[in-house]
Amino acid sequence: MSQIPEGWEAVIGLEVHCQLSTQSKIFSGSAIAYGAEPNTQASPIDLGMPGMLPVLNVDAVRKAVTFGLSVGASIAPRSVFARKHYFYPDLPKGYQISQYELPIVFDGHLDIELDDGTTKRIGITRAHLEEDAGKSVHEGFQKSSGIDLNRAGTPLIEIVSEPDIRTAAEAVAYLKKLHQIVVYLGICDGNMQEGSFRCDANVSVRRVGAPKFGTRTETKNVNSFRYVEKAIEYEIERQIEVIEAGGTIRQETRLFNPDTGETRAMRSKEDANDYRYFPDPDLLPVVCTEEYITAIKAGLPELPDAKRARFIKDFGLSDYDARTLTSSRELAAYYEAVVAASGAEAKLCANWVATDLLGALNKMSKGIDESPISAEAFAALLKRIADKTINGKIAKDVFEAMVAGEGSADEIIKAKGLVQVTDESAIIAAIDDVIAKNPQQVADYRGGKDKLFGFFVGQAMKATQGKANPDALNRLLKERLAG
Amino acid sequence: MHKHSIAELAAGLREKKFSSRELTQAYLKRIDSFDGAINSYVTVTAERALKQADAADARIATGDAGILTGIPLGQKDIFCTTGVRTACGSRMLDKFISPYDATIVEKLDAAGMVMLGKLNMDEFAMGSSNETSFYGPVSNPWDKTRVPGGSSGGSVACVAAGLAPVATATDTGGSIRQPAALTNLTGIKPTYGRVSRYGMIAFASSLDQAGVVARSAEDAAHVLQAMSGFDPKDSTSVERPVDDLVTGLGASIKGLTIGLPKEYFADGMAPGVRARVEEAIAQLTRLGVNFREISLPNSPLSVPTYYVVAPAEASSNLARFDGVRYGHRADGAKSLEELYKKSRGEGFGAEVQRRIMIGTYVLSHGYYDAYYLQAQKVRRLIYDDFKRAFADGIDLILGPTATDVAFKFGQNSDDPVAMYLNDIYTIAANLAGIPAMSLPCGFVDGLPTGFQLMGNFFSEARMLNVAHQYQQVTDFHTRWPTEYAS
Repeated sequence: MSQIPEGWEAVIGLEVHCQLSTQSKIFSGSAIAYGAEPNTQASPIDLGMPGMLPVLNVDAVRKAVTFGLSVGASIAPRSVFARKHYFYPDLPKGYQISQYELPIVFDGHLDIELDDGTTKRIGITRAHLEEDAGKSVHEGFQKSSGIDLNRAGTPLIEIVSEPDIRTAAEAVAYLKKLHQIVVYLGICDGNMQEGSFRCDANVSVRRVGAPKFGTRTETKNVNSFRYVEKAIEYEIERQIEVIEAGGTIRQETRLFNPDTGETRAMRSKEDANDYRYFPDPDLLPVVCTEEYITAIKAGLPELPDAKRARFIKDFGLSDYDARTLTSSRELAAYYEAVVAASGAEAKLCANWVATDLLGALNKMSKGIDESPISAEAFAALLKRIADKTINGKIAKDVFEAMVAGEGSADEIIKAKGLVQVTDESAIIAAIDDVIAKNPQQVADYRGGKDKLFGFFVGQAMKATQGKANPDALNRLLKERLAG
Repeated sequence: MHKHSIAELAAGLREKKFSSRELTQAYLKRIDSFDGAINSYVTVTAERALKQADAADARIATGDAGILTGIPLGQKDIFCTTGVRTACGSRMLDKFISPYDATIVEKLDAAGMVMLGKLNMDEFAMGSSNETSFYGPVSNPWDKTRVPGGSSGGSVACVAAGLAPVATATDTGGSIRQPAALTNLTGIKPTYGRVSRYGMIAFASSLDQAGVVARSAEDAAHVLQAMSGFDPKDSTSVERPVDDLVTGLGASIKGLTIGLPKEYFADGMAPGVRARVEEAIAQLTRLGVNFREISLPNSPLSVPTYYVVAPAEASSNLARFDGVRYGHRADGAKSLEELYKKSRGEGFGAEVQRRIMIGTYVLSHGYYDAYYLQAQKVRRLIYDDFKRAFADGIDLILGPTATDVAFKFGQNSDDPVAMYLNDIYTIAANLAGIPAMSLPCGFVDGLPTGFQLMGNFFSEARMLNVAHQYQQVTDFHTRWPTEYAS
């Protein structure tokens, strides 16, 4: 990662467009499924047909408020939809319905963790509801373009940060955190390839200590964390070079090219549209009462930070494990279900879920929601470790078999005869057999070669097909070897 | 038959004196004979009408009929009608066949009314003379060298000439009331939000409201009753039960207090019109109405306020007509920008273009505060004037509807401001959102004139009752232009 040169400082603000995962569009009843045949999810309202009127989707409002409450923001008791005008073929009405002077969410913040372990608070200026535009399709047409209006009217919240971000790394930390929250809240599917979560980066540079911000550029529609990082780094470097060479930065909109890692100018401020915003007379102001906000607040899920802290405190997990297990709401729920159902030690559960299960899922490229082993089935396995039916080593084999779909933990243990040997006489018999077969090693051990103890454990375990209770085996082996 | 009221027609249908098919055919025949000279219909939907008439006759036969079942009507061509061209008076939509019905079309269809056709109008409802229509001007049946008023010129002309018993219309700044006054009809614009705007092509969304033009208050009440009501498809429609507009029509109006705004009776009204309005006041006084002078001090600001707000909203509402998805698309455009410019330049007429330009200007960066925002503030003051009057014991407000009788074609064509001043008495009700109506009160040199009633929100029933009581003791509304009387 490139460093910002000595004496320079970057000022970064991000605008994130987050698609709300509602059943239907923000102002019509059309579905919003991704990848449908062009224009099969476009009603007369979405097409901007004459006489058609928007009707607000209350679920979109609820999701926006949910977001606001999760980032400590204020919810406007009265927010207003405005029309933003410009002509483009994928904008059917000639205006986008958005919020302008009175957004539904304002004055929030997000705390991000920096590499040095400190946290930094990034202000969230506002988040407003708006509709997405359609899509122009240029491929497969000759001397013309196609318009697909499936996406037109998809509900979005545009989340605008304060210019509190100073490096590309901070920007990425902010975005990742924001992404995690909206996915946690279930208000956005977070799919960046499909454009459900996309970012515009406003970047300017100034000499350290300069009283005013430099002129900023806006890099549009960057749709991966890595691209955001690259685009911002490129922009910082480019702007510093321009200024150091005696030039000035033009206020303009730029596009990031993932192939070259560069941004290029798209349009300057002079070419910018005059959007002629005014309150949309077809829609009433959105009123959020205290009761409404309180009810949504009461239903908010536990957010990642709070969950992580609780996992550390209640389950005694390391920060690392807690972070892993709270990385998604589904994984955390899975883990908690395993702890509750197994009665096993929380730490043991954490090791098994974070290491073995996630490892196996990773190999299969599956998410926790597609796990071949349910939380209950997984708990049944850990229960057998806890009650000493099997030891940890055997448990790994049982786990493999479970992943392979061979049945439940108990079925596999029974079928393969893996029940742990706790009968001491059987263990002693095995130990005595090993001692009898290895007189030289016994002599060496008794002569002070303590390291050989491991050899005897291995041999004795082998003799019991790995089923010996490890604690009993250790204790008895020590006694017998002591002679 | 064409001189019957709705109640008489309904009785005739019920008593099998004639069928809805016969009634419909009679009207289609009149349209055929007379409309060539009037130009009130842009589309006659004879086939659809006869189908509806047969369905109505079947309903009447089974006793499943309401008062409107089988009664013909004309629909202003601003209301979308499935499978029928809905052009809104514009070349832009000359080939637009709507795939859906406006809510009011659905409601009146459900009531069993028979749509005879779509009615001419000023382009996108912008005009006070019906001279801006792509389909040509509409003549006033009382004098074919004169305008019928606008924008609902086709609606009033067809009813005045007996080419439909009743018609729908819309009113953004007076487009129901002014033409009603100029053609001897009763026209009512209800409270904003009382009738759904879904499927009604928008001119200025915060002002547009659908209503009726009819030959009596009673006829208007029947149709308005069927059109009114909350519509979940229109966020600005009001969720409130619809008052019974018909049953109360017999009630006495004795003791009612009607305010006379002094600003409406200052200069500006033609002497003949003033005389007729004063006679109407005398008549109502005899019916026991008390009159009191009131002041609506901000009403002189109505016209300038309106001509900021309405064009601003229009410039936005008409942005969708870009030639991309439907509507007029110009040939030979070499770039996207050219496609927009040519399609809109060819598709829209001069008055529409003028208002789009005014609206775009007042919403532009740097002008918004001075024009649009300021106009909205004045709008509030205009509303406050009414609120004060109604809080002060005023039941209704009475004034002139139009400054003068119908003018000659071309008389105001070169002077947009003179044309705009036609709406000086009607605009305030739209800005305030209150209901208002116009009804006939006599003639000046053989040309009809009317007076206006305005009321508090949702006072349609009271207003219609006053109009009905007045029409029980006057016969102006029963008179016909000679040519169409028989």
